[in-house]
Amino acid sequence: MHAPLIQPTEDGLYCAAGDFHIDPWRPVERAIITHAHADHARSGSALYWAAKPGLGLLQRRLGKNTAIHGVDYGETLQFGPVTVSLHPAGHILGSAQIRVTDGHEVWVASGDYKRDTDPTCAPFEVIPCDTFITEATFALPAYRWPSAAAVAADIQQWWQANASEGRTTVVFSYALGKAQRLLAELPTPHPGPIFLHGAVAPLTDDYRAAGIQLPVTQTIGEAADNEDFSTSLVIAPPSAAGSTWMRRFRKPATGFASGWMRIRGNRRRRGYDRGFVISDHVDWPGLLQTIEETGAKRVLTTHGRADELVRYLNEMGLNAAPLNTLYGEDEENG
Amino acid sequence: MHAFAELFQTLDRARGTNAKVSAMAAYFSQASAADGAWAVYFLSGRRIKRLIGPTRLREWLAEATGLPDWLVTETHEHVGDLAETIALMLPEGVEQADDQRGLAEWVEAEILSLRDCEEAECQSRVTSAWAALDEAGRFLYSKLLTGALRVGVSQTLVERALAQASGHPQAVIAHRMMGQWTPTAAFYSGLFSEREEHEDASRPYPFFLANPLEADPAELLGDIHDWQAEWKWDGIRAQLVRRGDAIYLWSRGEGLIGESFPEIIEAAETLPADTVVDGEILAWQDDVLPFAQLQRRLGRQRVGKKLRAEVPVRLLIYDLLEQGGEDLRARPLGGRRQTLEAIMAGMPPPLMLSPLVMAADWQALAALRAESRARGVEGLMLKRRDSAYGTGRPRGIWWKWKIEPLTLDAILLYAQPGHGRRANLYTDYSFAVHDGEQLVPIAKAYSGLNDAEIRRLDRWIRQNTRERFGPVRSVEPQQVFELAFEGIAASSRHKSGVALRFPRIKRWREDLGPGDADTLQQIKALLP
Repeated sequence: MHAPLIQPTEDGLYCAAGDFHIDPWRPVERAIITHAHADHARSGSALYWAAKPGLGLLQRRLGKNTAIHGVDYGETLQFGPVTVSLHPAGHILGSAQIRVTDGHEVWVASGDYKRDTDPTCAPFEVIPCDTFITEATFALPAYRWPSAAAVAADIQQWWQANASEGRTTVVFSYALGKAQRLLAELPTPHPGPIFLHGAVAPLTDDYRAAGIQLPVTQTIGEAADNEDFSTSLVIAPPSAAGSTWMRRFRKPATGFASGWMRIRGNRRRRGYDRGFVISDHVDWPGLLQTIEETGAKRVLTTHGRADELVRYLNEMGLNAAPLNTLYGEDEENG
Repeated sequence: MHAFAELFQTLDRARGTNAKVSAMAAYFSQASAADGAWAVYFLSGRRIKRLIGPTRLREWLAEATGLPDWLVTETHEHVGDLAETIALMLPEGVEQADDQRGLAEWVEAEILSLRDCEEAECQSRVTSAWAALDEAGRFLYSKLLTGALRVGVSQTLVERALAQASGHPQAVIAHRMMGQWTPTAAFYSGLFSEREEHEDASRPYPFFLANPLEADPAELLGDIHDWQAEWKWDGIRAQLVRRGDAIYLWSRGEGLIGESFPEIIEAAETLPADTVVDGEILAWQDDVLPFAQLQRRLGRQRVGKKLRAEVPVRLLIYDLLEQGGEDLRARPLGGRRQTLEAIMAGMPPPLMLSPLVMAADWQALAALRAESRARGVEGLMLKRRDSAYGTGRPRGIWWKWKIEPLTLDAILLYAQPGHGRRANLYTDYSFAVHDGEQLVPIAKAYSGLNDAEIRRLDRWIRQNTRERFGPVRSVEPQQVFELAFEGIAASSRHKSGVALRFPRIKRWREDLGPGDADTLQQIKALLP
C-alpha cells in the first residue's frame, strides 16, 4: 500500500506527490487555501492559490504584497503528476473544496462547508471522490439548522420590536461570512439604519467589491456624535460584547447568531437577550447527505465532534478516521 | 399547549422579573380555567410524578430517529437535558399541523393517562405525540413526561402575575395557593373568585422571610430597642395550625409534615382552638442537636417509638399569627409576642417558646452572636418590634444575622455537567482533602463561582481529565478551592467520616497548590 495522497504533517495537510499544502498552519513553499477564515488562511507561505471570488478577502488577511494566484472554480492546476481543482464549498465568499487526484484516486479536502443556500457565495457542489475530508464542527444529530430566511425574519421582527421601544438592536456574529450573510438575508424594508462595527465594515466592502449585493450600511466610527441609534441594527463581532464600545448604545437589546445557539444552555449562559441559530457550517443531516452523495468509501474528519461521527460512519460500513488538525480552534466561528 | 409553550419560551428569554410577571399575567388572563390551573401548578414548581424513566425515553428516541443508542446518549450528554435532546433530534414532523388541544387536555389525556398503559402502547403514544408537536411543544411535552419542568420563576412571581390578572392583592392569592390543592378548573376559578368566601381551614399563612444582614447593625438598624433578637435556629421552619379540632403542621416547602413529627401534633391539642403559630422544628435532647439528627425524622411514612426516643424533637415557637380565628398578622410584633408568651405559659414540651436574646447594646449582642456555634445555632434573627407579619422577603424589616461560615481548602477531584442553564458545562464539583498519602472526598459543591470562572474551570477540566465515568470526569488534583460550610457532623455514610452542612465554593484559590490543601485531621478537629 502506497502513502496516502494527503496526510497531516507538522505544517498542515500535505500532498507529497504534488509537493503542496492545504491550509498550512506554518509557512510552507506552496499553499492552497480553502477560505479566508484565520484558522485556514495563515500568512508567511511563499506562494498561495485560492478561488478568485475570495481574493480580496485573502489579500486583506494575508497582506497586500503576498503572491496569491486566483483560480476559477473548476479550473485545473498541475502540480507534477497531481491534478488539482477548486470547487465551491458554500461556506463563505470564495470558499473552496480542493479536489486532488493522481490519476488513480480522487481526494477532496472540503475545508469548511454548508449545504444551505447563501446569497453571498456560490452553492456547495458535490464532487464525487474516493476519500472525503470533512469538517465535523456540528457533527451531532441535535444540530439541524432551521432555514436561514426564517431566522432572518425572526431577527427582523425582533429588531422591529426593539426599535419601537427605542432600543438599539445589536447582533453579534462572526465578522467574516456570517455578518455579510445576515445582511443579505434580512428582509426589506428595514425598521431602521444598519451600522457595522469597525471589524465588520472592511470585510463587507470586500464582498461588495466582489459583486455581492448588500444593503446600505454605515460604520460606527463614522456615525455622528449625536447619532441616537434607537432604531438601528448594529452588527459586531462577539469580542465587542460587554466592552466599553457598547456604551454608546442606550439599553441595547443583544443577540448572538451562531450554530451553538441551537442548545438552550448555550443561549442562556451567554447572557444575550436572544440566540439565533444560523451557521455557515454543515449540520448533521447535511453532513450525512454530503458523504453519501460524494460516494466516498473513506472519510477523514477535521475539527469538532469527530469521535462520534467517526464511530457512526464506521458502524454504517464506511472507513472513517479522524485527522489531527489545528482548524476550528476558535469556537466562536460557529 | 401552544400558548403555554409560547409562554415558556417567553419566560425562558425574558430578563427581569417584570417582563416575566407580565407575560404570565397575559397568559392567565386568556387561559381557560382548566389550562390555567395546570399552568399555575407547573409554574409554581409543582411537578407530576415521573411516568417514564430517561433510559426508556432514550431507547424510544433511538428507535424514532433510527440512530444507535450510544449516539443518542452522547448527544444527550452534549445537550445536557433529555427533553431538549428529544426536541432537537427529531425532524420536524409532517403530522404537526393544527393541534388545538390545550395544556390541560395534553396533561390529562396524553400524559397522566400513560400511567395505565402497557409498555408498547405507551411507546407508540409517546412517539406519535413527538411527531405531532413542533420543537417547542415537543420540548415541553417531554419535560412534563420526565416530571421536571424548571421555568425559572418563583412561586412569588406566579402569585404576582395572578394578582395582576385577577385584581386581588398578592397576599390573597398567596393564601389561596398555600397548602394542598389539585390543578382543577375549580381551583383556578377559586383563585379569581370574590374574597371572603369560605377558605379552606387547613391552610397556613405565607411564611414571612428575612434578608441576610451583611452590614454592621449599629450603623444600619439604629436603636437596638426597636429590634427583637432571637436565636437563628438551624432546623425546619414550620407553621402549626389548629382550627377547630383539626391540626396541621406545614413546612415552608408547603408540605404537610405532621406524620414525621407526631409528638408535635399530639401536643398541639393543648393549644387554644383556632390558633396558628410560626416556629422551628429542632432535634432536641437537653439542648439542640445537629441538623443531621433531625434529617433522620424526615421523609418517613411512620416514625416509630425507637426513632422518637433516639431523636426527640421540639417546636420552638417565635410568632403568633392567628388567635381565636382572628388574623393577627397586621399587628406589631411586640404585641403578638406578648400574647404568644401568655399562651405559652406553662405549656409542656415539645412545644416551647423560642427565647428572646437580650442585650443592652449592639456590642453586647455581637458578643452573644459570637457564641452561636457553641450554642448550635446559626446566628441571630433581628425583627423590628413594630413589624407586621408580611409576605415574601421585603428588605429592612426582618434580618438574619448569621455567623461567618467555617472554611477549608480542598482539591478539585471530580466534575460533572450541570443542568438547565449550566448544561454541557462542568459545574458540579467534588472536592478532596489530604488523608496521609491519599486524597479523600470531603464535599460536593455547585455554586459560588461566577460565569467567567465557571467557563475557565470548564476548559481546565476538559484539558486535565484523567478518567471518564459516564458523565463524571476525574481531573488532575491541582486546583484548590476555599469551601465555606455551616457545620460539621460525624457521619458513617461518608468515606471521610464527616458530613459538611451547606458546603459551597467561597473562592478559587489559584494562589495555592495541592500541597496547601487541608488535611482530614485538621477538619476532624472542628467536630463538636
